[in-house]
Amino acid sequence: MPGTPALARRAILGVYALIIVVPLLVVVLGAFKSRRQLVDSPLGVPTSPTADNLTRVLSTQSMGDAFLNSVIVTGVAVLVSLFLSSLAAFGLARIRGRWGWVVFAFLVAGLAVPAQTAIVPQYVLWRQLGLLNSLTGLVIAEVVVTLPVAVFILTGFMRTLPPELFEAASIDGASPWRTYRSVVLPLSRPSLAAAAIFLFVITWNDLLYPLLFVSTPDKRTLPLVLLGFKGEFLTDYPVLFTGVLIASAPLVVIYVFLQRYFVAGLTAGSSR
Amino acid sequence: MSSTRGPARRRWPGLRRDAPYLWFVLPAVVLYGYFFALPVLQAFQYALTDWDGVSPDYDMVGLDNLTRAVSDDSLFTNALTNNLTFLLTVVVVQTLVSLLLAVLLVRNSRSSTFLRALYFVPAILSSVSVAFIWSFIYEPGDGLLNQAWSAIGLDGMRSSYLGEPGMAIVYVGLVQAWAHIGQLMIIFIAGLQQIPGELYEAADLDGAGRWGRFRHVTWPLIAPATAIVVSYTTIQSFKAFDLILGMSGNPPSRSLDILSTRLYTTYSDSELGYAAAQSILFMVIIAAVTVLQRRALRLTRQEG
Repeated sequence: MPGTPALARRAILGVYALIIVVPLLVVVLGAFKSRRQLVDSPLGVPTSPTADNLTRVLSTQSMGDAFLNSVIVTGVAVLVSLFLSSLAAFGLARIRGRWGWVVFAFLVAGLAVPAQTAIVPQYVLWRQLGLLNSLTGLVIAEVVVTLPVAVFILTGFMRTLPPELFEAASIDGASPWRTYRSVVLPLSRPSLAAAAIFLFVITWNDLLYPLLFVSTPDKRTLPLVLLGFKGEFLTDYPVLFTGVLIASAPLVVIYVFLQRYFVAGLTAGSSR
Repeated sequence: MSSTRGPARRRWPGLRRDAPYLWFVLPAVVLYGYFFALPVLQAFQYALTDWDGVSPDYDMVGLDNLTRAVSDDSLFTNALTNNLTFLLTVVVVQTLVSLLLAVLLVRNSRSSTFLRALYFVPAILSSVSVAFIWSFIYEPGDGLLNQAWSAIGLDGMRSSYLGEPGMAIVYVGLVQAWAHIGQLMIIFIAGLQQIPGELYEAADLDGAGRWGRFRHVTWPLIAPATAIVVSYTTIQSFKAFDLILGMSGNPPSRSLDILSTRLYTTYSDSELGYAAAQSILFMVIIAAVTVLQRRALRLTRQEG
């Protein structure tokens, strides 16, 4: 029976594809249905597509603000985190003494400590510094929580760069800063892209810090507004699904175009 | 630094060489130290108090907070039990399914590449989004799953899912696995592709069947990837905070409360000292689980 394993393989892969596709399809289609329609035929194509859900989501006001806040916080936090971690990774790849390992271990230890462990003193610190209810406060929190994984990915890459490269640069009289800017950064582009995507996903989707540090409506980010929907719209799933579509749209678009970086980034981030 | 400073140089060999690079590391270390590492250490200090976060004074209560969590707080022990059930569900389901899919998709072909990309999609969605999708699937009345059971004539399988106290956390564990299997599958595929083909040829010569090949070649050689997957999954299970809040609401129901949500709820109730003590126990529990897992994995590898 040579055909049986091949058949079993196809069956398993097919069933798992359905397990992934069906829920996603229900969401995409459901966003354009009425509640009645969603329950009556969750998988059917919307017979009379409605924009009511979208109107209701947008009329909550908070969605527009939240989208903008998410864009600002994610954009700034990812750039700052990438800049600081690429500097650190370059330094760590060049340091030969034992303190290189000490610093690396210190920065990367954060990977094994869930962020929740620090929330109580962090809240007090943010309050003392006047960083509650501010996008700056959120940016700092997101930078700090993503630094370990970024340092991990980038140091791993920069340690694979040949030492001759640095020697050649220093013989040409390049300062460390010059070497970082003109030699290392351009060469690191693929791993920077992978790290950027990983940080983007974490920051864009983060709920913890907005929940901790933001109580005023105008500073909320998308995941926080989305969570609020559950209380506001209860089991009005078409409205919830519309919120899911809006919150996920940027990530899905990026995924479609930059898929290989996504896979590289999310995988490098988890391999430790 | 001149050569007359001999002893100093011997104590810090290479400092002069490394010094310029230490400046590159400094900004990250300062920021991370001040805004994360320092708060983690301060948690130990807060844990000894009964501070509510607002009032100017508080009392030192010593280890009372710790004993309260361990022996006198059914909410905390309930969250711990739920968290361990959740962890077990996620680690078992996520590891086995992602390994199975990786074995089936290890060869690079167009269909494999497409399916890998498809299976990966849930990993990019926010946990709150994933929670909303599955809330509908698990709806007790006419949710998707109950409708599906009825459609194929298995009405007996209908359930209220998250409404079942003992099983609710297991159902959420399956959702967590759904969201991350595609991601871990990629790690397994990378590990599988490093196994040299000659080993399988040798196994074939020895007359090993499919299971024999897996048992004696794949499983022992995939051990490093398994260790990565298991430890990553473990940390993830302790971090699964947004998924729980998204599925259960804030604060979560008792049957879905895990350690991270419990300590957040304690914090929200303005019991800052007690929440800090819980966060320390949280760290200790994670460290203990990680150590136990490392031992267990090393044992299976020695057998294999």
